[in-house]
Amino acid sequence: MSNLMTGAKMLLECLAREGVEVMFGYPGGVTLPFYDALYDNPLRHVLVRHEENAAFAASGYAKATGKIGVCCATSGPGATNLVTGLVDAMMDSAPVVALTGQVSSNLIGSDAFQEADTFGITRSATKHNYMVKTLAELPQIIHEAFYLAGSGRPGPVLVDIPKDVFMARGHYEPVTEIHLPGYKVFTEGHSGQIRRAAQMFWEAERPLVYAGGGILLGKAHKELREFVEITDAPAVCTLMGLGGLPGSHPNFISMPGMHGSYAANMAMYNNDLLIALGVRFDDRVTGRLAAFAPHARVIHVDIDPAEIGKNRHADIPIVGDLKRVLQKMNKVMAELKPESEAKKSEARKSWWKQIRTWKEEHPFDTPRSESEIKPQHLMAEIDRISNGKAIVTSDVGQHQMWAAQYIRFDEPGQWINSGGLGSMGYGLPSAIGAQFGCPDKLVFAIAGDGGFQMSLPELATVVNQGLPIKIIVMNNGYLGMVRQWQELFYNNRMSSVTLDTFPQADLLAAAYGFKGRTVENPSELREALETAVAEPGPYLLNIKVTPFENVYPMVPAGGAINEMVLGPPQPVAVGD
Amino acid sequence: MLQVISILMENKPGALMRVTGLFAQRNYNIESLTVARTLDPMLSRMTIVADVDAKIRAQVIKQINKLINVLQATDLTDEASVAREMVLLRIRSGMENRTAILKEAEIFGARVVDSSVEGFALEASGDPEKLDEFINVMSSYGEIQATRSGLIAVSLEMKKLRLAPPVPTGCEPASVEDPSSQSAAVSQSR
Repeated sequence: MSNLMTGAKMLLECLAREGVEVMFGYPGGVTLPFYDALYDNPLRHVLVRHEENAAFAASGYAKATGKIGVCCATSGPGATNLVTGLVDAMMDSAPVVALTGQVSSNLIGSDAFQEADTFGITRSATKHNYMVKTLAELPQIIHEAFYLAGSGRPGPVLVDIPKDVFMARGHYEPVTEIHLPGYKVFTEGHSGQIRRAAQMFWEAERPLVYAGGGILLGKAHKELREFVEITDAPAVCTLMGLGGLPGSHPNFISMPGMHGSYAANMAMYNNDLLIALGVRFDDRVTGRLAAFAPHARVIHVDIDPAEIGKNRHADIPIVGDLKRVLQKMNKVMAELKPESEAKKSEARKSWWKQIRTWKEEHPFDTPRSESEIKPQHLMAEIDRISNGKAIVTSDVGQHQMWAAQYIRFDEPGQWINSGGLGSMGYGLPSAIGAQFGCPDKLVFAIAGDGGFQMSLPELATVVNQGLPIKIIVMNNGYLGMVRQWQELFYNNRMSSVTLDTFPQADLLAAAYGFKGRTVENPSELREALETAVAEPGPYLLNIKVTPFENVYPMVPAGGAINEMVLGPPQPVAVGD
Repeated sequence: MLQVISILMENKPGALMRVTGLFAQRNYNIESLTVARTLDPMLSRMTIVADVDAKIRAQVIKQINKLINVLQATDLTDEASVAREMVLLRIRSGMENRTAILKEAEIFGARVVDSSVEGFALEASGDPEKLDEFINVMSSYGEIQATRSGLIAVSLEMKKLRLAPPVPTGCEPASVEDPSSQSAAVSQSR
């Protein structure tokens, strides 16, 4: 029966048809039949050192390339270890397909060895999930999973496959059609609404584009650029939207939000028309919602209808694919421009003037010191080397905020971080994924000394896959962001935030067979970064920075977006 | 406030869990939930009564509609619709009350489904407020045990069901004449 195919081979066949070139995973008992089939298959499997990092790597790959990232784990602990990575992908709408093994069908429900209710556990961690019951439905489900992960609002989709399905044999029938009658994706956008939006724009005196991760996911960066160039509207890009408009573009103000720039936040507060593109009015962007953009009418474009009106009422809601909607809107915008441009041009000119004044009043300044490396100085030096071109990944925390503030990104897919979930340990594994997706690009993985130690085992993966990733540890000896909050809001009672043991970087790197070093002196910083970049292989830089530096501006949790703390609090008498 | 939601969904494994999980995850309270197959055995109809803030009613519907297996979720709260619930009630009573109980049951349009020396089992349907009253009245005659079905509702307007069309995968279909040729091609390609 030579033309019968095992489930494992069928799965590989489906992956090949979906164009999967690389997957990140970790084998185990029930996935043995799959890994056996993988042995002589051209699909590249990257063995990570922890399943969570397989999911992070798949998400990094997806964010860097716009393609679907694939990860794989065995049943039980393998699958549960994936969960953080799946929720992370869910929060950032990263297109990821996760394949998990499950115990054989006849054992399901018996508390078998390495059995976990993966289907139940990952229900809320995924856009959709499947448990394959029979071999006959396997190909259909795999293609559905890829379609769901990559279309509409992207997200992770998990397929749980019992061991006996991997081993069963059957005829392979290519799946030509996907039928998901309940999965409606609205891409075109309502033409009438688009026209109304364009009219509303030319009526506005203080318009502002608020662009988010949707621009990157929808590959609408060219259209966004066209939009701001036709309209000369100022634009802010959120943490997830950085690179959606080139960081060097004259209309780009910077990032808004809790640690956004003064100018961006003031513009967010004072505008009279917010053109919200692929954003979700996240609490870290809006601050206190009731005090957010109080004078603004809102045009909200998103492919997910549930995001529109969720946190902020939209005066003109447009459900659609940003690329398509912006193409149409740009056309109408340009058409209306000659007759409308003059109308509020004076007001719009003084709006721009106001924004420039805000920018000049409180830019992101780069404090420097002779004796210690300021974290902002470190990021400014990375920015200098990157020159808008490198891929930069990060974890979550102070280093993430400083990186977002100081490093310029000119293209989508360059800034890869854990935005929504805020997962520590995301930077290094996502850099592994990104470097696989973009082998010719310079990749910096920036982490704090806390998050770096969460992703430590992946140093082995970096070395053994020959990835030239430049790992930058911004080492302040603390869980910096938590310490900052303890300082500002908990009377500086530093509870469990001191990381006083850190491995010696040169020895750590050497133990894995590559180069590393610790830098403490500001005068060595530039040369150290240049050396790291010049090194053909990976490089670990442990950069000791000022321990007690805080990220500013800062909108305290629950504060209004225009009520920023711009710098360290002045000493005050302690009393009641 | 109470929101009445009607959901038409594919009868797929885990479909119920997806809906109830969504409610738990988003902090929406379920007052009652009923589900059964429709005329088309591939589909189920679910009626949920939820206790949610009026401001987020539209959001609740949108979130349910996002579930892949849901074909349509409709808010029936302010729509022309009929809603009914059923109650099965067992009442323990002595001989002296039996006639009065039957009279009362008749007023509520309830039927006797079982009768014994210990009492009756009664079946009633109607809108939930009427059933509240029925249960209240019956409890005054003796010890009762009641099981309520939860609300079911039907819209009085015919709603057009919009379904997503099939999407091609880009895979070539297997040759009809010779089913083995495709497999051969596949094995060559590896």
